[in-house]
Amino acid sequence: MHKPIIEIENLIVDFPGVRAVDGISIKVGEGEIFGLVGPDGAGKTTTIRVLSTILKPALGSVKIWGNDIVLNPRSVRGKIGYMSQKFNLYGDLTVEENLRFFADIYGLSDDERAKRTKELLHFARLENFTDRRAEFLSGGMKQKLALACTLIYEPKILFLDEPTTGVDPVSRREFWAILSELRSRGVTLFVSTPYMDEAERCSTVAFMDGGKIRICDSPRSIKASFSGEIVELTAKPQHEARRIIGGLSYVRDVEVYGERLQLTVARAAEAVERLKQDLSGKVELASVAIKNPTMESAFIELIKEGTGVQGMII
Amino acid sequence: MSEINNNYEKSITVNGLTKRFDEFTAVDNISFEVKRGEIFGFLGPNGSGKSTTIRMLCGILEPSGGNASVLGIDVAAHPEEIKQHIGYMSQKFSLYDDLTVIENLDFYGGVYGLKNDRLAKRKDFVLEMAGLKGREHELAANLSTGWKQRLALGCAIIHEPEMVFLDEPTGGVDPVSRRNFWEMLYHMAESGTTLFVTTHYMDEAEHCHRIGFIYQGKMIALGTPDQLKQQNMKGDIIEVAIDTSQEALQAVAGAPGVDEAYFYGATIHAKVDSVKRDVQAIEKYLKGLKFKGFSIRAVQPSLEDVFVNLIQDIR
Repeated sequence: MHKPIIEIENLIVDFPGVRAVDGISIKVGEGEIFGLVGPDGAGKTTTIRVLSTILKPALGSVKIWGNDIVLNPRSVRGKIGYMSQKFNLYGDLTVEENLRFFADIYGLSDDERAKRTKELLHFARLENFTDRRAEFLSGGMKQKLALACTLIYEPKILFLDEPTTGVDPVSRREFWAILSELRSRGVTLFVSTPYMDEAERCSTVAFMDGGKIRICDSPRSIKASFSGEIVELTAKPQHEARRIIGGLSYVRDVEVYGERLQLTVARAAEAVERLKQDLSGKVELASVAIKNPTMESAFIELIKEGTGVQGMII
Repeated sequence: MSEINNNYEKSITVNGLTKRFDEFTAVDNISFEVKRGEIFGFLGPNGSGKSTTIRMLCGILEPSGGNASVLGIDVAAHPEEIKQHIGYMSQKFSLYDDLTVIENLDFYGGVYGLKNDRLAKRKDFVLEMAGLKGREHELAANLSTGWKQRLALGCAIIHEPEMVFLDEPTGGVDPVSRRNFWEMLYHMAESGTTLFVTTHYMDEAEHCHRIGFIYQGKMIALGTPDQLKQQNMKGDIIEVAIDTSQEALQAVAGAPGVDEAYFYGATIHAKVDSVKRDVQAIEKYLKGLKFKGFSIRAVQPSLEDVFVNLIQDIR
């Protein structure tokens, strides 16, 4: 890792009756895209609010560029940006007026404002919509405008809380292309997401649940930790195939994906041959292929193995 | 449910269904059918008309045009009857936090008029199915999200409906709970229950038998996941295992034969006209730009690729 730019140590946040964040420690390197994945209620938003100096923790320390932001939040304000899940755009203002409003709040000069607005409209692919009122933008465009507003004062670290949840796939792709461009300009990004495929695009991923970090590593290492291999097959009738496969000693796990069955095995190539034999004459095997394990498979295995985690799983 | 007309062939039949709010057309002339025992995935971004459609099919919202029947019952003519025969689980899991697991089931059983033996039997079935035995007396408020989700499904099916609508049922649960939840849905489908599931997770849609994709109120694709991938993709998708820098992305995007390149996990995916024709040229081009140690392979398009393709055609 490059030198840590964010250092969180034993962070605890309490709300009445609930410990929302339960003693997490994270280091984020300069220039990373750090992904925080996890279900609703895991503590992702609370963590991001503490990092953006909006919320005070009960315990623990958070340092950004070595400054303790709990004791001294002013040391980082103006240098970090925060985009919340429900960004407060002004619906009755146009795209350009929203940008102007944020430029004024941050005290940009007229020249600076004009220059940044032009740049950001281009950057966020919103040039053709400058006069449209924010309330009439699609979900994806609203998110891009919200991001542009956050970027008006050129923060060096950006905290984004589920920026793409529920937006259409084209906008989601565009949004990630924009994040990657920001990263190449040296901005460090800290992003929370419920989408596993987005987690894979990050340089480091932390899986959070029940206020704790369960796993934190690079996507590559997380996937490499998966102990099995995956075979995918289609067979008819499916329930009969499932019944037979359920009794095979070399198949660890079966999951249904619509018409397909996904099997976890120790060695895929060998399993494919044995499956062909074991199923022949009993069901109609339409296709069988070896697949790459996904991040989700690896997470599930790690969570199931994890100690002290049993309480959260079924 | 004995009084239902069991002669229906399709669990859902929708013809030209439309909903207008003032100037705005939320659902625009959509048509589709759902077979008995099918898991139908209704996909689309937020604001595309998913919830409006579900609300019409459940008899909560009156259509502005077209018609729809659920379990053979016309939704506009007999909205009250529909409500008796279907189950509905919303993304907000409408549970009573200050009631226990069993009290929640009692409450929903009461709403649907279940009594005595039948109520006892159904509660037993639901507790068993949802794996909630031993937790009957826990307050709903104290359950984790995964458990709440299972209880919410249990409440939605306490009256043994033949058709269940699930509106973004797995929105915020962890991957293990999500997997277990789908396991429950498959069991229900196998025993003949029809499931209509909305989601904006593309990977989750892969779980469904058939998918409809709604965008700006219009149904833009309908079929099994495999059909959609085969029919709606022009060209092929390749995966370039290179690195996730901006330079690499731009290089791949500029390679010969590449229509579009985007980050996909830790790799870059690119749409090309033909894998056979283009791969060698792309390899040569990237080597010419001093990229080393990368690999290229053909991959099956994901559902996301399919929908991006469809949306781009519309725009």
